[in-house]
Amino acid sequence: MTTDHQMYTLNINGAERPVKDSWIGESLLYVLRERLDLPGSKGACEQGECGSCTVLLDGDAVCSCLVMAATAVDSTITTVEGLLADTVIGDTARVISDVQAAFVTEGAVQCGFCTPGLIVAVHHLLEHNPSPSDIEVKEAISGNICRCTGYGRIFAAVNAVIETRKKSK
Amino acid sequence: MTAKTSTRSRDVLGTSALRPDGVAKVTGEFSFSSDMRAENMLWGATLRSPHPYARITSIDTTKALLIAGVHAIITAEDVPGKLTYGLISSDQPVFAKDVVRYMGEPIAAVAADHPETCRRALAAIVVEYEVMTPLVDAELAILPTTPPIHPDGNLIRHQRIIHGDSNATAEIIVEGNYTIGMQDQAFLGLEAAMAFPDPGAQGVELHIATQWLHEDRGQIAACLNLPENNVRLVLGGVGGAFGAREDISLQVHCCLLALRTGRPIKMQYSREESFFGHVHRHPATVWMRHHANRSGKIVKIEARMVFDGGAYTSTSPAVLINGITHTQGPYQCDNAVVDGYAVRTNNPPCGAMRGFGVVQACFAHEGQMDKIAEACGISPVEVRLVNAMHTGDKIITGQTMESVAPVERCIRETDAIPLPPPMPDLVDALELPGGSGLTAERKNIVRGIGWGVSMKNLMYSEGFDDYATARCTLSNGVASLKFATSEVGQGFVTLAPQIARSVLGVDQVVQEVSDTQIGSAGSTSASRQTWMSGGAVDGACRLVRERMFEHVGKLHNIDPIRLLIDGTDVVDSIGDFRISVVDATEGVTFSETFEHHHRKTEDLDENGQGNCHVAFAFVAHRAVVDVDCDLGLVKVVQIATAQDVGKVLNPLSALGQLEGGIAQGLGLAVMEEIVLENGKVRNPSFTDYLLPTALDAPTVVAVMIEEPEPQAPLGAKGIGEPPCISVTPAIVAAIRAATGKALLRVPVRPQDICL
Repeated sequence: MTTDHQMYTLNINGAERPVKDSWIGESLLYVLRERLDLPGSKGACEQGECGSCTVLLDGDAVCSCLVMAATAVDSTITTVEGLLADTVIGDTARVISDVQAAFVTEGAVQCGFCTPGLIVAVHHLLEHNPSPSDIEVKEAISGNICRCTGYGRIFAAVNAVIETRKKSK
Repeated sequence: MTAKTSTRSRDVLGTSALRPDGVAKVTGEFSFSSDMRAENMLWGATLRSPHPYARITSIDTTKALLIAGVHAIITAEDVPGKLTYGLISSDQPVFAKDVVRYMGEPIAAVAADHPETCRRALAAIVVEYEVMTPLVDAELAILPTTPPIHPDGNLIRHQRIIHGDSNATAEIIVEGNYTIGMQDQAFLGLEAAMAFPDPGAQGVELHIATQWLHEDRGQIAACLNLPENNVRLVLGGVGGAFGAREDISLQVHCCLLALRTGRPIKMQYSREESFFGHVHRHPATVWMRHHANRSGKIVKIEARMVFDGGAYTSTSPAVLINGITHTQGPYQCDNAVVDGYAVRTNNPPCGAMRGFGVVQACFAHEGQMDKIAEACGISPVEVRLVNAMHTGDKIITGQTMESVAPVERCIRETDAIPLPPPMPDLVDALELPGGSGLTAERKNIVRGIGWGVSMKNLMYSEGFDDYATARCTLSNGVASLKFATSEVGQGFVTLAPQIARSVLGVDQVVQEVSDTQIGSAGSTSASRQTWMSGGAVDGACRLVRERMFEHVGKLHNIDPIRLLIDGTDVVDSIGDFRISVVDATEGVTFSETFEHHHRKTEDLDENGQGNCHVAFAFVAHRAVVDVDCDLGLVKVVQIATAQDVGKVLNPLSALGQLEGGIAQGLGLAVMEEIVLENGKVRNPSFTDYLLPTALDAPTVVAVMIEEPEPQAPLGAKGIGEPPCISVTPAIVAAIRAATGKALLRVPVRPQDICL
C-alpha cells in the first residue's frame, strides 16, 4: 500500500495544511474531517445530492464529497470553520458570521446536520447576489437537503440576513 | 403565527427561547456521533446480504483476515449472549446464521484501520448462498398455507375491532382500496457510534445516536451477555431520527468489535447502508367502506388494513394497533367493523416512522370523507364539520375521548386562512410543477384544493408504562438538569431550561450529559417527550422549589405555603418579604429526582375494545396544488393548517415542528418511496430516493389552537407527529380536484396522473 501514500498541502481557511499518510483516493470531505480535524463539513449521501459537505473551492460552492482531496492542492478552500465572524449572537460574547447568527435566532436549526453546508451555501449566494428574490434563494439552496425544518425558518434566516446587510450599507 | 425571538426578556415557558446548541451547530463545533474520534480507534463495517431470502451454506473469512490492517471479523458464532434482539419481539438476529430474510441483513462485521481496508475486507469474505424465492406479497403472508419464513410464523399480529351494531347501514355507501408506499425517515445524520471497551472486556461504553438509551442498553447487554450496569450508553449528537433510531442498528456490532479488539471502534453507515440499516414506514393496503346518511353523517365504517412488516417484528404490532384504532379519524362513529393484519415478508423490516400507523389509516379515511361529500353533494369542509369529534365522544375502541378535541376549530380556522393568489400569467419557470426540469408550461397548469384532518394518539399504548425520569439540582442560583432524554433535533434541550426558569426563577440552567446514569426517559417518539420528559423536569423542579421554600421559610420565619416565585425572586404572597433565588440558595444544594408516569392504559380485548390510548391531538390541513395534467407534475403551492397544540411552550420551536412535519407529509404525497422489486431495494440513495428540497417547499400558513390539555403536565400536547399525517391526503385530494383522477395510492407518481 506504500505506493499510494503521498504527502501534499491544502490551503484551507487561509492556512497551509499538510496532509500526511493519505490515500490518494480520499475525498476532500474525508481529509477535512478525518485528517485535518475540521469536522464541521458533514457527510450524508456521498454523491453530491444533499449538500451537507458544501465548502467553497476557489470561491465556488462545491460538494467536498465529490472532490478528490489531492486535486485541490492548487485551490483555496473555505469551510464552515473559516467564515468571517463579525456578528455577536444574542447576549453572549460569541462572535460568528451574520448568516450563522440568523440561523440560530430565526429557528433555522433543528438537528443541525445540514446546517454547516447550508451556511456555506447561503454565504456563497449572498456574496454573489446581495438581494436575491425568494425563488433565487430557493434555487440557490435547493442542493442542500434539510429533513427537519421544511425550509420555512431557513428562508426566514436568509431574508433576515439580506435585510440586515441592506440596512448596514 | 409570528415567532419572533427579539421580544423575550427571560427564556421562560411561552417564549421563543433559542436552542442552547444552536451556535455549536451553525459553526460546525457540535459533535454528532459521526464526528467522534479516539486515540487508537479502529473502524467497523458490516457485511450484508445481497439477497432477500437465501440459505447461507458457508461463510469463509480466511482471505479477509489476511488483509493488512484487518483486526477482527465477527459472525453469529461470536455473539456471546442472546443471538437476537427486537423492540417488542426478540426475533431479529444480531448476525444471520443459516438464513437471510431480507436484502441487507447483517452477516458479519469487520474492524480495520481505515474505512477502505474495511471495504476491501468485506469484499474478501466469501459467503455461499442457496437463493430462495422471497415472500413479498403481504396478502400471501396472511394465508396459513404459505410456508413460514421465520420460526415465529408469518402473521405478526391480527386484531379486529367490533363496535356498536355490525349490521347498521345507511343510504350512502362509499368504498375504496388505498395503498401507501414504503417511506424512509431519511434523517441527515447517518447511523454512527463509538464503542470504548472496558479493560478486561468486562464492560463497554457506547456513544450512540439513538432515540432511547435505556431500551438500547437492555437489548445490547443481553446480546453481549453482560450485566446492564456494565453497558453504559451516552447520547452521541443525533442528526434527526423520525422513528428510524428506535430499533437496534449498529449498536451490538460496534460493542462486539470493541470487546473483541480491546480498542475503540467507530462505525458509521453510508447513505446506501442506512437504507438497509434501519426500519421504514410500513407499506400498507387499506380497504374502507363508509355508510352515511344523506346529510353526510357517518353511520358505520368497515375496514381492513394490511401492514407489511418486512422480515422482523420491530414495532409492527403497535403500528397495527395505531392504524386500526384510528380508522374513524377525528370523526364520530358509533358502529365499526375493522380487521387488521401485520405480517412478515422478505421485504425490508418496517417499524416506527413519524405518524406510526396513523398515516396509513388517515390516507384512507380522508379519501373516504371526500367520497361521502361528493355522494351527498356537500363540500369537503361541510362533511368534516358534520362528523367532527368532540370531547366526551366514544371512539370505536369504546374509549371515551377525554382529551381536548377542538376538531371543529381546527377545520374552521384552517378554512379561514386566505387562499394564495392565483398563478400569474407570467411566472418564473422554477415556480411551475417540475421546477428546474423546465418542462411544464403555464397554459397547462390546473389548480386544485384539498382537505385532510387527522387524530393522533400521544405516548405509548396498550398498558405500556413509558415513564420519564429527570433530576434537578439547585445551588447558588444555578439549576442543573439531568435526564436520559434523546435530543434528536426536536428541541427538548431548549424546552427543559425554559421549564426550570419558569418553575424555579433561575436564569442559569446547566444540562448534564444524557446517558444511562439516571432512570429511563422513554423514547423520543410518539410525540411524547414534551409531555413525558417535560413532565419529569417540571416535577423535579417543583420538588426542588418546595425544598427551597421550606429553607427560606425556616430562615425567615414564614410559612412556606405563602411563598411564590415572582420572576427571579422568592416572594411572600401576603407580605412584603422578597429574596432573589440566587441569594436564597447561596451555599445550599437541593436535589430531587422525579418520574413522570402517564395514566394507565389497557390492552384491547378480542373485539378491539379497551382504553388503550393515553391522549390524542388533532390537526387540519388544506392544500393548494398546481398540476400539469399532461406531464403528471405537481407543485404544492400552499398548506394552510390549524393544529391543536394544547399550549405553545416555544412558538419558534413549535412552528419548526409544524413546517418540518408538513414537508415530510408532502414527500410521501408526491415523491418519497422505497421502490421494491421482488424484495430488492432499487433506490437506496439520495439520487434515486427523492426528498423535498427548498424548491418543493410550499408556503405554510399555520395557526396554533391553544386549549390547554388538563392531563398534560404543562398543558401542552405533543406536536411532532400530527403535522405529517393529514397533509398527505390533503395534497392528494387537491391533485384529485385538479385532475379528476381517483389517485388511491401514495406517493402519487407522474404516471398516475398523466396515463
